[in-house]
Amino acid sequence: MRTLTNILQLGIKELRSLSRDPALVLLIVYAFSFNVYSSATAVPEAPFRATIGVVNEDPSPLSYRILDAFQLPYFLPPKPITHAQMDTGMDEGLYTFTLNIPPNFQRDLLAGQHPAIQLNVDATQVSQAFTGAGHIQQIVNSETSGFLQRYAGQDALPVEAVVRMNYNPNLDRSWFGAVNSVIDQITMLSIILTGAALIREREHGTIEHLLVMPVTPVEIMIAKVWSMGLVVLLASAFALRFVVQTWLNIPLAGSLWLFLLGAALHLFATTSMGIFFGTVARSMPQLGLLIILVLIPLQILSGGQSPRESMPEAIQNIMLAAPTTHFIELAQAILFRGAGLAIVWPQLLALAVIGGLFFTIALSRLRKSLN
Amino acid sequence: MAAQESVASLKNVTLAYGSVRKGKVKALDDLSLDIPMGRMVGLIGPDGVGKSSLMALVSGARRIQQGSVLVLGGDMADAEHRRIYCPLIAYMPQGLGKNLYPTLSVRENLEFFGRLFGQDKPERDRRIEDLTRSTGLEKFTERPAGKLSGGMKQKLGLCCALIHDPDLLILDEPTTGVDPLARNQFWDLIARIRRQRPRMSVLVATAYMDEAERFDWLVAMDAGKILATGTPKALLERTDSENLEAAFIALLPEAKRSQHRKVKIPPRESSDEIAIEAHDLTKRFGDFTAVDHVSFRIERGEIFGFLGSNGCGKSTTMKMLTGLLPFSEGEAWLFGQPVDPSDLEIRQRVGYMSQAFSLYGELTVRQNLELHARLYQIPEEEREPRIEEMLERFSLEPVVDSLPMSLPLGVRQRLSLAVAVIHKPEILILDEPTSGVDPVARDNFWELLIYMSREERVTIFISTHFMNEALRCDRMSMMHAGKVLDSDTPAALQEKQNAPTLEAAFITYLEQASDDAADVDPDPPLKAPATATESASEQTSQTVAPKRFSFLRLYSYASREAMELRRDPVRGVLALLGSVILMFIMGYGISMDVEDLPYAVLDYDQTTTSHEYALNLAGSRYFIEQPPLANINQLDERMRTGEISLGVVIPPGFGRDLKRGANPEIAIWVDGSMPSRADTVKGYVQGIHMDYLKQLARRAPVGVNPVSAEVALRYRYNPDVQSLPAMVPAVIPMLLMMIPAMLTALGVVREKEMGSITNFYVTPVTRTEFLLGKQLPYVALGMVNFLIMVALAVFVFGVPIKGSFLTLAIAGLLYIFCATGLGLLMSSVLNSQIAAIFGTMIATLIPAVQFSGMLHPVSAMEGVGALIGEIYPTAHFLIISRGVFAKALGMADLYPYLIPLLITIPVLLLLSIAGLRQQEK
Repeated sequence: MRTLTNILQLGIKELRSLSRDPALVLLIVYAFSFNVYSSATAVPEAPFRATIGVVNEDPSPLSYRILDAFQLPYFLPPKPITHAQMDTGMDEGLYTFTLNIPPNFQRDLLAGQHPAIQLNVDATQVSQAFTGAGHIQQIVNSETSGFLQRYAGQDALPVEAVVRMNYNPNLDRSWFGAVNSVIDQITMLSIILTGAALIREREHGTIEHLLVMPVTPVEIMIAKVWSMGLVVLLASAFALRFVVQTWLNIPLAGSLWLFLLGAALHLFATTSMGIFFGTVARSMPQLGLLIILVLIPLQILSGGQSPRESMPEAIQNIMLAAPTTHFIELAQAILFRGAGLAIVWPQLLALAVIGGLFFTIALSRLRKSLN
Repeated sequence: MAAQESVASLKNVTLAYGSVRKGKVKALDDLSLDIPMGRMVGLIGPDGVGKSSLMALVSGARRIQQGSVLVLGGDMADAEHRRIYCPLIAYMPQGLGKNLYPTLSVRENLEFFGRLFGQDKPERDRRIEDLTRSTGLEKFTERPAGKLSGGMKQKLGLCCALIHDPDLLILDEPTTGVDPLARNQFWDLIARIRRQRPRMSVLVATAYMDEAERFDWLVAMDAGKILATGTPKALLERTDSENLEAAFIALLPEAKRSQHRKVKIPPRESSDEIAIEAHDLTKRFGDFTAVDHVSFRIERGEIFGFLGSNGCGKSTTMKMLTGLLPFSEGEAWLFGQPVDPSDLEIRQRVGYMSQAFSLYGELTVRQNLELHARLYQIPEEEREPRIEEMLERFSLEPVVDSLPMSLPLGVRQRLSLAVAVIHKPEILILDEPTSGVDPVARDNFWELLIYMSREERVTIFISTHFMNEALRCDRMSMMHAGKVLDSDTPAALQEKQNAPTLEAAFITYLEQASDDAADVDPDPPLKAPATATESASEQTSQTVAPKRFSFLRLYSYASREAMELRRDPVRGVLALLGSVILMFIMGYGISMDVEDLPYAVLDYDQTTTSHEYALNLAGSRYFIEQPPLANINQLDERMRTGEISLGVVIPPGFGRDLKRGANPEIAIWVDGSMPSRADTVKGYVQGIHMDYLKQLARRAPVGVNPVSAEVALRYRYNPDVQSLPAMVPAVIPMLLMMIPAMLTALGVVREKEMGSITNFYVTPVTRTEFLLGKQLPYVALGMVNFLIMVALAVFVFGVPIKGSFLTLAIAGLLYIFCATGLGLLMSSVLNSQIAAIFGTMIATLIPAVQFSGMLHPVSAMEGVGALIGEIYPTAHFLIISRGVFAKALGMADLYPYLIPLLITIPVLLLLSIAGLRQQEK
């Protein structure tokens, strides 16, 4: 009973402290609203508005048919260029792709000579290079076969492969971008809030003051976990309901409550991590750097930025210890694929276990650092 | 008084703080005052009457709200006047060592201030030597300021204030919390300096009335108004009092005076119960023994005092008793039970007040009291009355809704006391509870202590610097250098030393025990350095306006920042090592490729033809086959669990239809929840399908030629389409944004939170110098970082630099200026360290990773993201980095991208300047 009231009171104290920092509150609101909105809408379709330069040495109906097929939003209108501009244009980053249609392309094609179109790809533009090249190849192929059907009376393809996208039929990038951005904010904010709150208490001597009162380190820690966790949880619920669903008009398949349950478990883990870092760092400037060191790998290697399967095996395994990996899996399953408890319980369990582990480690470090 | 004779004159000055919503508190209320020149002027009065506010206004640290403040013949509201005359004013704010930098040594602190005032090295050295010798600090010049005792901190603070020979010296309670011996030395020092520089005016606020008797002229203040001015003698005569304490009380308005009664101590009945007992208590920190075999027994209901110089181990002893510090040796008992830090029951019975204010600055006075009442489990029905009682007893009612940080030191101490006794503890451990508290409040407080001791039989263990308080203790210990010199009743101690007063007895005890007293030459020679100082002071008195921009001042802040960075090597190492680790993680971790994607086939046809099609997929390195699907529902289920990301459905009669030329359709389902991956998968699947068609065509009769044109694909700059060569040039800009920005992000806001920002307010340093000084060391660190990352890219990742390294290095330098500038902007605008960390993360991570073209080209962005991508420095530096690394470009091709960086640097600086206040609000 005493423990519970202490935890409640200490948590309320944390909330009051937070509300005294209007700039911080404003930043939190920004992070979960405009920030989510802008990162959701900015992520382009791949390839999206890709720049393409064309050296067309065969002014024929077929070559124009191919060029006409490069349409917005995937491609900006192809720029006619010369051979020389092909290299300089790519060097300057003006074109991600350049296409060279050789002389007599149409004639050679009809003569069955398999003419080749040269496609140059700026491979430094990683995300566009892969998918864009595929798109262009497909466009060239389908346009030539369409042309052949009309002019040469050739048959349609013997087998058609119809590709359909589940859960996100148009592969709308903003769906993924928005949810991912919310997840990133959840992790970032919860770690910073608890870690920095602990260091502030130490720098201002208030933690020492608490320890002469009938209050235990566990109570201090649980109070921080629940109060900061609650703030972030509310902010993320708000972001999903109003920013993602209403403002961005993104349909979320599964139960928001189930997601919030997962988020709560995730927050249990990340706030414990924050406290752990608060005990490791000696001062606020150290904490700031430590947070960068931890947050970047968490964001990049958990499967939120690029697919986990394509990472080296070792990284995949190490990242299983990070709560974000499981949380991102869980969020994608619930929010996009409409998964229920029966499907996501392993992730929930993993989050609870990782959270419990971090909590225990952080608590023992907190005890040690306070003595 | 004629105008030219007053050093400062205030007319109708009103200063209010607090928000309009909560009701403003007037610190100064229509106050007018002329402060005479060349005198030692004391400000006396209770806490929170506006003494500090008045001093902050005169020093220029605080902005004038109403009325006029003329100092040194000019208006302090005028920035130009402040620029010229502030260097002639020295201001030492309230609080031990508040204007010092704790990690810097004594010498470094002094050098920092010397440079700020434009002194060259020989002059600085001479002054530092002079000042440290006359204050007895010369033995400790290499010790970090944070490790000095309170008295030494204040001496160092004074040295820092005096280093530029000010015409007006403003000291806000300089001796609060300083032991009597050190206090005497402090005032002797001031007297000596005044003898050397008779023109200098000194304005001092103090809570010690015995000190005020030494001053030339006194200003008694109450409630933002002046009660009386005059020489101490005149005030005594006017009030017909024996001492200033009594005189001050007599000057108070009737309502307040009536609250005060002379403290009377009823005799104590002795008790056999022992409340606190310590036996050979010892605490060592490394080689240093802070507390050395201290033993004492305190009876229940006794008031037991600790008297000793700063740093003699009083606080450490008290912390050990509360369980905050484990002891190295010895034993201690509370209520007959050994001290056990985990025993919550004991904590409930003990009240403790630490020396430094340690309540929550973000909670109001009432909220702090409420929090503690609840944590101490005061039953609900008793809680409110108890809080009201505390508010009344400690006169906290007027400030009940204020934040402690906006309150004067004395009021904060009263709040700490209220908190310590709110749960009616049986033992009270009070570490200098009354330092900074005014005489009236102190007496009220003692009345409460005596009441608790005599009526409620509360045991009180108290440390103090006030002799009249020590005299009120039942018994006391004299402590020095971790040892108890003697314990007895105050009268007995006095008798043992044959001393007229307790203070004299204390000093005798100390002198017997220590060599510390010998540290200070009782009459230091006023020889060559002094005359040199004098001639220098003549020069400064000519009022040479400081330069508008001084490299020396800039260098002063820069070298201070660099030293702080050196003192905290963990930070530098984290920054450098961090970028190496992160580069590895991102270089190897980010891959846009898809590999080993799990898929399953639903084959309705089950013919050789359909098996052949399925086999085609299985042969690909991109996909890994999972057990086949039995029906279409399974496809849904297994994709939902994430077990498969691709499902291939071969329709019934596929083989037959194909042979008949009926154009069968294969349905391919892709998990679209990760669109970029789905897109890549789609491309692969279509490629494999095309391969299949080619195989078909090869087996088909001659003449049928389904695919006629080819696309010859050539990946430029990165022919193997590896992620690494593409990612490394992109990772460098990203890390070079985040880490330098985070390094500077706390630079200013930390000084705001810790209080040393006052140095910026009151010294001639300009905002530009201040900000650039904070920026330059981190630019240097950033360049080291840059070089490490480039070396790593070339030698470890094997990504060669094909273009001009010089171009990359120049761009890198400009870019680091942008990054550190962004961090400083956050630091200047925001007021808490947490907000600065969070704000910097938001302002760097997302724009650098998402909007700057690292993963997606800026030209493809839309909306706000595109706008940020256009102006954000990372976008430009990324093009340069990729250009130099992969495309063999040089300055001639890349200079257009340097221009935005060149523009960004001054823009960020100007924004930071605009966001940084030159005075406290």
